[in-house]
Amino acid sequence: MSAASARPRAGFRVSRRWLTVVAFLLPALALYVLFVLFPIVQAAHYSLYKWNGLQPLTNFIGLKNYATAFNSDAFRTAVGNNALIIVLSLGLQIPFSLGLAVLLNRRFPGRAMFRLIFFLPYVLSEAIAGVVFTLLLQPGALIDSSLTGVGLGGLVHDWLGDTSFVMVTLFVIISWKYFGFHMILLLAGLQGIPHEIEEAALIDGAGPWQAFRYVSLPLLGPTLRVSVFLSMIGALQLFDMVWVMTGGGPLNASNTMAIAMFKAGFRNSQMGYGSALAVILFAFAFVLALAYLRFVLRRDVEGALTAYQG
Amino acid sequence: MINRRLMAALAIVMLVGACSSAATTAPTVVPTEPPAATQAAVATPAATPVPETPAPTAAAPVTIEWWHISTTDPTKSLFQSIANAYTAAHPNVKINITILENEAFKTKLTTTMQSGGAVPDLFQSWGGGIMAAQADAGMLKDITADIAPWKDTVNPGALSIYAYKGVQYGVPWDMGMIGVWYNKALFAKAGIASPPATWDDFLAAVKKLEAAGIVPLAIAGKDKWPSMHLWTYLVLRMGGADVLQQMVQSGDWNTDACKAAGEQVLKLNALNPYQPGFKGATYDNEAAAVGNGKAAMEVMGQWAPVVQAADSTSKKGLGKDLGWFPFPAVTGGAGAPTDGVGGGNGIAVGKNAPPEALDFLKFFSSVTNATQINAQGIGLSPVVGTENAVTDANLQAVLAGRSKASFMQLYLDQATSPALGAAINDATIALFDGASTAAKVCQAISDAAASQ
Repeated sequence: MSAASARPRAGFRVSRRWLTVVAFLLPALALYVLFVLFPIVQAAHYSLYKWNGLQPLTNFIGLKNYATAFNSDAFRTAVGNNALIIVLSLGLQIPFSLGLAVLLNRRFPGRAMFRLIFFLPYVLSEAIAGVVFTLLLQPGALIDSSLTGVGLGGLVHDWLGDTSFVMVTLFVIISWKYFGFHMILLLAGLQGIPHEIEEAALIDGAGPWQAFRYVSLPLLGPTLRVSVFLSMIGALQLFDMVWVMTGGGPLNASNTMAIAMFKAGFRNSQMGYGSALAVILFAFAFVLALAYLRFVLRRDVEGALTAYQG
Repeated sequence: MINRRLMAALAIVMLVGACSSAATTAPTVVPTEPPAATQAAVATPAATPVPETPAPTAAAPVTIEWWHISTTDPTKSLFQSIANAYTAAHPNVKINITILENEAFKTKLTTTMQSGGAVPDLFQSWGGGIMAAQADAGMLKDITADIAPWKDTVNPGALSIYAYKGVQYGVPWDMGMIGVWYNKALFAKAGIASPPATWDDFLAAVKKLEAAGIVPLAIAGKDKWPSMHLWTYLVLRMGGADVLQQMVQSGDWNTDACKAAGEQVLKLNALNPYQPGFKGATYDNEAAAVGNGKAAMEVMGQWAPVVQAADSTSKKGLGKDLGWFPFPAVTGGAGAPTDGVGGGNGIAVGKNAPPEALDFLKFFSSVTNATQINAQGIGLSPVVGTENAVTDANLQAVLAGRSKASFMQLYLDQATSPALGAAINDATIALFDGASTAAKVCQAISDAAASQ
């Protein structure tokens, strides 16, 4: 009897626990579905139409918008530019941030000041930084006259007007904006490494480089991998700074996927085509994020994720 | 050590950044007036009758939503005072003005229409392809019958830009013509006696200016459209009005006129006539170059003096040194030298506009109010009887050009759909940047037109 009466009770308890879980999840889930999943599905739907955003949705053209995108020089340049920024960010910006983080992890007077100053650009709004640099980079403006003034006039470029140089200019400014963020991230990671470990390595006869390369760096792995991940996603979404400074020009030389999407949808009233570009951008970001999680971040999140993999 | 130097360098960059943003010519973006938002919150919905007024004769309160893009004075104040004068005479009407910067306006209006939001009752329009798309989507009100009693008070050519398929959707308040604005002092310095009347004279003038160490011509590679107008003029001069109209309608731009125009641009390019950094320049940069006397000419519409002044360091522009001449004739071209490329500003009427909005539009277009547009140098009103209010010699010249023109091509990037307009801008700027050929431009525009 007692066992029989206990069973429905246990069932009741389980269902109540589920009810609680569902009740707490539902609001977040509803918002997520409404503002994330539904718009993605909607964009995918629109991307199959030729649509100016105002007329009724009637002109179904299948995958033609996607074909147009991949045949468009402007969009291919955009994909290439996004890839270029990813490569340069990983190859230059993060190593630079890492170097600074290691230096600022040492004890020396004024250390807090340096940290603050390096971090400052990140606090600025991207649009404001873009406007300021646009003014500085005008022909004959401060940067040109400073270079000429110190005898480096030969370095003066048409910073934002030269199709072959504009991406370099933009990369330097984007790096200026974000290196501080990665530096702080890596600095926090470095401070999480107990000093004794490095000390032990040094006592065992490792040189400073060896201690860094074989002790600190591997222990910094998780932070570094997160930093790389954020950098990649940021490079894929690149919009504000470029939009303010060049609008994707000259001649699409600094086009990015987000800019191509915005232009198609909101400037040229090609909502169908713009949606197709949005879906492509989403696919790139999704595949990259998934692959990165699966192959790189896996060791960091393994413990946390196994429970859900069921 | 490295750190300290780096820090010093960065500190300098940041400090200098802060200073220079304040010192250099101010960007023309002006924030939307906050009162518009507060008024909107107080506004009574148009349809709701107010129970406190039982008398049937008392007019129900009505709110007119008006979006315009005149972010600077004197236009901003004039529009406000016209609205105030109207509401003073009609106490039941409230006019909510929302002022938006040009690009922000376009984005906001499109988004509002796409999302099924409340289309403003009156809003800035340039007619042409965008207005046609809005009309096709049912966002605009047919005002043909409403304005019939007073439509003859407005220049018919200007009015026709705001009609689509025989239906009137808006009313112009400014209609001008693009021409060449030039710096008389710099022309004198270069030894150019009179404004060039032919394209060959124009090229010769460019050479003389260069020889005198003066930048001949300012264009804007980032914004693209200023040089597109120059190219349009060349197509018009080469082919004539009928050929250009045929190209716009058929979408076939692979014509002799188009290619010949491109060749002339290449001829101009060969002289290296543009200001330094033109490839990344905005229209404001272009206007600043002319307004500060750094470049001798720009091909631009009737608003050029106002923008040059606003973007110049002195805030005054060139003043007496500024001159205007119509785009030169091209020897051997089929087009009449009086034909023009032009356009202007108008007000379109939203689908749910109350009758009061149309009454206000009539009031706005009255000779008294429209005269102010001319008198204050804001634009060139198409209202008949306001011509004498134009006192500025340059604007009088533009007005003379407008009345002489037997054909006026609306700006190509507005006459066509937004996507085709963007393609025309993209194709032509590539030509001016020296990255395209005459034939490629014609082909690119034809391709874009075919995919519409």
